[in-house]
Order: sequence, then C-alpha cells, then structure tokens
Amino acid sequence: MQLSSLSKIALLITGLLFFGALFVPMWQIQLEAPQYPEGLTLRLHANKIGGDVEIINGLNHYIGMATLHTENFFEFTVLPYVFGAFALISIVLIWVAKRKAVLIFLITYAVFIVLAAVDFYRWNYEYGHNLDPNAAIRVPGMAYQPPLIGYKQLLNFGAYSIPDTGGWMMTAAGVLLFLVVLKEYKFNKNTES
Amino acid sequence: MKNKFVKVLFAIALGSALFTSCKPKNSGDAVSGDAAQKAYVAPGKYDEFYNFVSGGFSGQLSVYGLPSGRLFRVIPVFSVDPEKGWGYSEETKPMLNTSNGFVPWDDLHHTEMSQTNGEVDGRWVFGNANNTPRIARIDLKTFKTAEIIELPNSGGNHSSPFITENTEYVVAGTRFSVPPDYANGDVAINTYKENFKGHISFVKVGKEGEMDLAFQIVTPGVNFDLSHAGKGKSHGWFFFSCYNTEQANTLLEVNASQRDKDFIMAVNWKKAEEYIKAGKGKKQTVKYAHNKWNEKTHTATSVMKNEVLVLDAAALKDICYMIPCPKSPHGCDVDPSGEYIVGSGKLAALIPVFSFDKLMGAIKDKKFEGDYGGIPVVKYEAALHGEVQKPGLGPLHTEFDGKGNAYTTFFVSSEVVKWDIKSLKVLDRVPTYYSVGHLCIPGGDSKKPFGKYLIAYNKITKDRYLPTGPELAQSAQIFDISGDKMQLILDFPTIGEPHYAQAAPAELIRNNGQLKFYKIADNNHPFVAKGEKEAKVVRKGNRVDVYMTSIRSHFAPDNIEGIKVGDEVYFHVTNLEQDWDVPHGFAIKGADNGELLIMPGETTTLKWLPKKTGMYPMYCTDFCSALHQEMQGYVRVSPAGSNVPLTWSVGTNLPKATK
Repeated sequence: MQLSSLSKIALLITGLLFFGALFVPMWQIQLEAPQYPEGLTLRLHANKIGGDVEIINGLNHYIGMATLHTENFFEFTVLPYVFGAFALISIVLIWVAKRKAVLIFLITYAVFIVLAAVDFYRWNYEYGHNLDPNAAIRVPGMAYQPPLIGYKQLLNFGAYSIPDTGGWMMTAAGVLLFLVVLKEYKFNKNTES
Repeated sequence: MKNKFVKVLFAIALGSALFTSCKPKNSGDAVSGDAAQKAYVAPGKYDEFYNFVSGGFSGQLSVYGLPSGRLFRVIPVFSVDPEKGWGYSEETKPMLNTSNGFVPWDDLHHTEMSQTNGEVDGRWVFGNANNTPRIARIDLKTFKTAEIIELPNSGGNHSSPFITENTEYVVAGTRFSVPPDYANGDVAINTYKENFKGHISFVKVGKEGEMDLAFQIVTPGVNFDLSHAGKGKSHGWFFFSCYNTEQANTLLEVNASQRDKDFIMAVNWKKAEEYIKAGKGKKQTVKYAHNKWNEKTHTATSVMKNEVLVLDAAALKDICYMIPCPKSPHGCDVDPSGEYIVGSGKLAALIPVFSFDKLMGAIKDKKFEGDYGGIPVVKYEAALHGEVQKPGLGPLHTEFDGKGNAYTTFFVSSEVVKWDIKSLKVLDRVPTYYSVGHLCIPGGDSKKPFGKYLIAYNKITKDRYLPTGPELAQSAQIFDISGDKMQLILDFPTIGEPHYAQAAPAELIRNNGQLKFYKIADNNHPFVAKGEKEAKVVRKGNRVDVYMTSIRSHFAPDNIEGIKVGDEVYFHVTNLEQDWDVPHGFAIKGADNGELLIMPGETTTLKWLPKKTGMYPMYCTDFCSALHQEMQGYVRVSPAGSNVPLTWSVGTNLPKATK
C-alpha cells in the first residue's frame, strides 16, 4: 500500500527535524539558587555538553561530585550518527513508501527513546551518588541525582530537567511518525502490508 | 499714676509681641506628599539614571543612582585606594606618575561624559585634577580609569574637562597663572603681570578614547574658571570664563574683585587647528607624563613627553576674543541650541546672556573696545542678548532642560532659579540646603538634555542629617523638574566634595557592552598563570616572582618556603574564575602595602619586602565562597644568606608520618 502524500510530507518534516536536532541542544537542566539570580543551565547537545558547564564544574567539588567533560561520555560520539541515520531513514521511507516500514521505524525510535532515558538515568545516578568522601560539604545520606525529567531540590539549588529545542524537535518527529502510522493503519482500510 | 505705668508696660509688651511677629516666617521644608514615591526605587529594581559625581578633594569619581541617591561605587582616579590596590599594586602605580614623580592624591573637580553629535553616548567619563594638572578618562565598560594625561605649563586646572560636541577635544585651562615651563619660573612673585601666563590646553581624543595633547594657547595671566564648547551653530568655538583680570598675585579675595567686569574668552579652536596645521605652533620643550592602562596586559605604562605646540593668542589676533562679563564670572554655559552663552558672575546681581549670532556679528564688524593683553575685547552690548534681572545673589552655574528653560544656582541666597532663556523671565525658585555650588540635569550641558531630574550639590550641610562631629558629609538634593514647578523629592549625603556631576539614562550605560569578567584566554599579563599547572615561584638574585592562582577556595601555591630577608617578592595573583561577581582578595601579614582585589580573569601584583624572619600568613580578603575562611596560606621567611631551598606547593606539603 502506497503511503498518502500527506504521510510523505510528514516524513519529510520528520527527516528535517532529526537533522535539525543535530545543531541545537536536546536536553537542559536548569539550576536556580538564591545567589544565582541569572540562573545556570546545563545543555546537552548531540555531540557535547554545553551551557554553563564550566561554572557548574567549578561548584561541584564542594559536594564531591565529579566534574562533567564531554570526552568522558561515549554517547556524544555515537548520537550524532544516530540522529543522522534517523534523518536519512525518514527521507528514504518517502521512496520506500510502505506503511509497515514506517511502523518498524516508529518502534525502533520508541526503543531508542527508552534506551536513552535509561542511559541518562544511569549517568544521573552515577554522578549523583558516587561522591568524593573528602568533600567539604557532606550531608549524611544526601545524594545529588538530578531528576530524569521535572523538578527536584538539591541543597540550595533547584534543578529542573526538561527537553531543550532539540528535544522538542525529536518529540515532534516522534508524534509525526505516530500520526503517520495511525493514519495509514486506522484510516486507510484497503490494506496490503 | 499706677494705671498709666501698667498701661505703658502693657503697650511695650504688645509692641514687642507685634514687632517679633513681624519677622518673616521660614517656609520650612515643605516636601509634598508624593515625593517619597518619586524618589523610591523598590528592592530589586533599577534606578533610571547613572549619576557620575566628582569627588572633589577625595580625588575619586563616585557613581550614584537617580532617583534613589544610592551609592554604587567609588572609582579610584587621582587618589590612591588601598582597598582596591589603586596606586599600591605594581600595575596601577604608573597611572599616578607625573613630571613631579608619583603623586598619591589630587582634587577631582569636575566630570564630563563623552558625546557624539552633541548627545551623551555613555562611552567615557572625563575627570580633571586641579592640583597637579591632569585629565583622566574613565572607561564605562569596566568602570576603571583607563588613561591620565598631565598638562605642562599649568598651575591648577579648573576649566576642565569640558568637551566639544563630538568629543574631538577635551580641554584644560590654568586656574593659577604661572610662568610657563619653557620659561624661567624662579622669578619674584610680584612680577605676575610680566611673567605669569595662562595656558589653555586642547587634548585630542581618538576613536578608542586615547588622549593626545594637540596644542596649547598662551594667554594673559588671568584665572580661568569654567568652560563649555559651542554646539550646533557655535560648534568650533569654546568659551572660558575668567576672573582676576586685575592680575593680582596676593589677597585675591579683595584684589581680584575690584573690576566691574572680567571676561568670557571665546576661542575659535577650528581656526587654532588650522594654524597648527599651517605650522604656526611654536614647539616648546616641556616635560609631562602620559599614562595608559592596557586591558590585555592588565598593566599601566607611563611615558614622559617632552614637547608641546603653543599658539600665541595675542600674536595671532583672531583665535581668542574677550567678552566683558560681570563680575568674577564662574559658570560659562551654552544652551542646547548653541545660540545662548550664559555667564554667571558670582559677585553679580544679574545673569548676562550672550548671543552667539551677535558675537559673530560684533567680531565681523570689529565692534571692539580696545584689547586686553593683546586680545581684542568685544563691546559688551554688541554681544549681549539680555540680562536676567534680580534673579538671586551669587549666581554660579547654569544647566538646561531642553525645553527652553535654564536653571541657575545661587550660592549666596542658597537657591536654584528657573528662568526662560529667550524672554529672560524668572519662572520658579527653590531653596537648597545649603548654599548650592553646581547643579546637574542629566544631559543638561549637551544638545539634547534628558531632563526629568535636577540635583543640587551643596557646600554647607549643617543640620541636614544626623550629626557626625565637626566634619560632615556634603549634602545634595534631587528635584523633579518634569513639571512647571521644581519639586524637592530627596535629600542625600555624598562622599568627598562634589563640584559637578553628569548623569545619563541607565540603559545607555548598562547595555554598552559592560564587562562582567575578564576572559582568561585574553590575559596577556607578563606574569599570568592561566591554570594551576602554571603556578610557580622563580628566583633571580634577590628578586622572587610568585606566579599564583586563586580559585574557590584556595591559592596555588599556598605554602612557600625559601624566601629570605632582603628579598624583593612579587606576588602575581591570577584569578582563574570565569563567572560574574567572584573576585578574590590577597593580603600578607605585615606588608607595608595595600591589599589586592583581583577580578575574575585578571592578574595583579603586590610587592612585598620581608624585613624579619618568621612565618607570614596570607589570605583571601574578599568573601568569595562558603569556604572563604579556608582560603589561606603561609610564607616562610628565613634569614638573609640562609640555604633553605625555594619550594612551593598546594595540598602536598603534609607532615612527616610519625614513627
């Protein structure tokens, strides 16, 4: 069954969104504290850690948290290729034009999202719990694991973990893919695979 | 008989009561209801204007907010400041160098903000030194003194640092005539009339602000008081008020107040420029210092210059003209249109207002009444627009609101008077507390005044605030001038003695590219340590250079041994922080020096000459972090000739393990 032109357009947009996500940060952790009225933000790009990472690293040693460096995370070498691949697949699907292919892609993407979330959680746990025992500020039982998504108070800092521009683009891409599948399977009853 | 006596007594009592009740009542400080709201800036909110106020005898430039009257900063300019290391750190000492050596104090008399097309542009503030004649330029991106140039052939510098409408030049003028540096100064004082001369200096200002003494004009020996440039149609001319045309050298209080009229000297600087280009300036040998701060190396350098081009006003005949002005004039102010020049004669009972068009006509038609020291004197009525009659006693200074109104201060009658420039009619008057000197209206001496507020800077404080012994802070009042009548809204004390101030809208300056911290990558200081790995101690003979870094919350190195009595130790401290408002301080026990305050990304040097053997703690003096109290170190000083090796470290110099 050929995909409708609407679906093809949706796939084009999806491809562009994946491609665009390479150039903007995908996730951000906003930090607020009384002495930082201007706020601090950690921004995770596909290929690096950005935002105010240097300033945040300067503060980490007080609580014994390790400093963040792009080169310590293999994810930043892999992700750009993954996004690129997604973009390419989206475009290629326009020519393949089979709804089953789109469904498989959607499932793959969903799995990727789950894996990414688990990975992010794992790193957050690692950095938040694996603290230097000689740190100056030691609160018994305290851990500084940033939230996976949402708000959490960590000592004098309020941490707010939410998608950044890239993250919203990827969400939009996911939604578009889902809508394409929905349309092709639910609303086009003359089925072939 | 008894009755009559009682009647007379009663009559006398009644008469006395009537007599005493005839004394005019003081209007008192009638401050109207909404003054508090107009002056209040709520917590967390910003003031509308930056107010740059001269510190007078403090030698510094203070920064206040309007309308709250809150003090934000005191910028060190001509006086040393041990708190900031100004004049104490090795890098800042050259800024205070002069042809008389290092001068630790001066009197920062007036401030003037740079202008473009006659409008305040927020790039720099200029300040003049009235004792050892100099002009300073303060950069408004960093709020630091960037450059100081000395003026040769000068005694005092009062009619300064006023600028032309595009900041082509900043001028200086001798308050005290003296024999020029290129003549013999060792003469009898009472040969004033023969040997003492005035010199007006024109300092060129370059695109990045760099100053250069382009030329001077030598004039008869009078006291130059204030000056302002022409604007618009009168651009190309500069006006200087002068007194002591009697040329007295003693008891000026009496001897310089004899003549009915002194002068406003009109200088055609465009013509003077032409003469300089045509090579008519005489090269004179002099000696004066030119000091510049380098943003990249965080260091000042002082260069001694040794010649200046001088034009003789009397010989050239068409670059200077004297306009008679009653009496011992002080203020010399040009209205925003550039047409009216207001003279304020501090001993006069009227305000003369001259017309630029009439002045040009008078010069063209040679309506002169002789000359003064070879300089043509224009006929008073030929240049006069009119006089404001009976405005008050002791006019000093005038500024404008851009709506056709002028505001003049009156020292003797302690008031500010508002009058219409064209009609010369008095519109309003308010008392000041007490005896106002200069006033400031934001942009009030530019082509486009911002208006809204008027600040009166007073000379007598007395009972305005809680008393603080015999010595009191100076007082200032803020008036709302947005309506027809002036309204007093705030009374606030100031540091030093403000002689003049300038103000500009907050947005103009806080959005001019202001620096939040210095980028360490751009730091080219010769002794910078760009990371803790570069921290080290180097000995060359008895000179020791400590390349030290500071970051929350430790110094590197913080343990130094092997210093000896007789060494010259230089602590070059680099602040490695790259964030907003994280300065570090540095001090070491017993140093006969100030402290260092080092901004993020900066490197500053403290020189230390240890005189006794012993243990010397050092520490961070600026509360930088939760662990600021732990930011300390030790320097071990051994006797001269000892062979304790030079060692330095942070974190590793631990006690030997116990057996």
